[in-house]
Amino acid sequence: MSEALYDRLGGEAAVNAAVDIFYRKVLADDRVNEFFDGVDMEKQAAKQKAFLTMAFGGPNSYTGEDMRKGHAHLVERGLNDTHVDVIIELLGGTLKELGVADDLIGEVAAIAESVRDDVLGR
Amino acid sequence: MPKIIFEGEEYQCEPGESVLDCLLRQGVSVNYSCKAGVCQTCMMVAEEGEPTPASQVGIKETLKASQHFLICSCQPQTDMRVAIPERVGSSFETTVLAKEPLSADVIRLRLARPDNYDYLPGQFLNLTNDAGVTRSYSLASLPQEDEFLECHIRHIPGGRVSGWVAEKLQLGDTVTISQASGQCSYLPGREEQPLLLVGTGTGLAPLFGIARDALQQGHRGPIHLYHGSSTPEGLYLVDELRAMDEAHENFHYHSCVSRGEAPAGMRSGRAADLALEDHPQLSGWRVFLCGREDMVKGLQKKTFLAGAGMQDIFADPFIDSSASGEDQTAA
Repeated sequence: MSEALYDRLGGEAAVNAAVDIFYRKVLADDRVNEFFDGVDMEKQAAKQKAFLTMAFGGPNSYTGEDMRKGHAHLVERGLNDTHVDVIIELLGGTLKELGVADDLIGEVAAIAESVRDDVLGR
Repeated sequence: MPKIIFEGEEYQCEPGESVLDCLLRQGVSVNYSCKAGVCQTCMMVAEEGEPTPASQVGIKETLKASQHFLICSCQPQTDMRVAIPERVGSSFETTVLAKEPLSADVIRLRLARPDNYDYLPGQFLNLTNDAGVTRSYSLASLPQEDEFLECHIRHIPGGRVSGWVAEKLQLGDTVTISQASGQCSYLPGREEQPLLLVGTGTGLAPLFGIARDALQQGHRGPIHLYHGSSTPEGLYLVDELRAMDEAHENFHYHSCVSRGEAPAGMRSGRAADLALEDHPQLSGWRVFLCGREDMVKGLQKKTFLAGAGMQDIFADPFIDSSASGEDQTAA
């Protein structure tokens, strides 16, 4: 491939366009929204943005260790593969809504998939 | 190379280094996460020196205006004095100009505005009582118009600061206040945008400042202000707000009474519920929420789900200062 995924998606502007749509989908989805009860919404939105930036192939310096630490309290509360599936599904739905082509959505899903084991502490 | 001053110590930057890397390299412990200008964990305030434009990308307009920036994305061009946002603040001595009841339990306190005291309507200050106890109160005054600082203080029986204000404070007394802070303010721009303001109790204070500020700055979109209380007696500044409603075609005041039947001219129901009933679709709106924490947090989520952008929702929950419920405080 010639251009990086992040640039093909539209860079930071694409993340900005996606973050509210994605976060709204997450909060409205009863399969996963219990994990977001009582969190500070502004801080959470910034974290969602960091996650999307990473999944879009953009600049980030997250390590597997960061992912483990950041989600350990959720794993204790029962976070498992089905929840990760939902998040990847909602991510795909967000991109579809923004008119992103299926092959690019596939690349984003693959990046999100690559952190699954770290997120779930395996 | 520029140097960074943080918590009284100086740190020399190396070429191309960010403020964050400079502090980390020299063993300073600070919060950070993504190191890519995205997660906002490392946000600080520049008390001296200018943050670079790159270090303010993606942060809220009100935060930009108050010199907040992301230290991971700032390669300083000049010396900078930086602080963690909660620890910012110098204090000022001022005098009591006026003290009068606005309702059975809300006091309007006017203080002389110290020289060089900058603030935006809707921000809050910390007021310290004679025993050194501090509470936060939002500003209802306008810097461009009022020579005083105005706070609305709910007198809570047993409240250490509100009780002191109600029972001891006299005109002419000297009191200590902090500089103003907080992000719940109107910034000019997008003057056609509809504004939704919802407050309970003394949550009206910041909203009263924000609404008048928006009107004065020439905001043209509709401005809907919902003020709620359990009883009609809990509402205050009703005549002033009705007069504003009369005087400005785009300003709409809704007084809401949640318990029992509302008297003529007021509406029955909770302010938050009525606001959402009237405006179920909030895409493109700017939203300001002030007052009880449970109301503010709940409505923050509901207005976001109703379409308002996270960058356009300004929430100022008043936190109870102690488990015994004494003195509510803006935060």
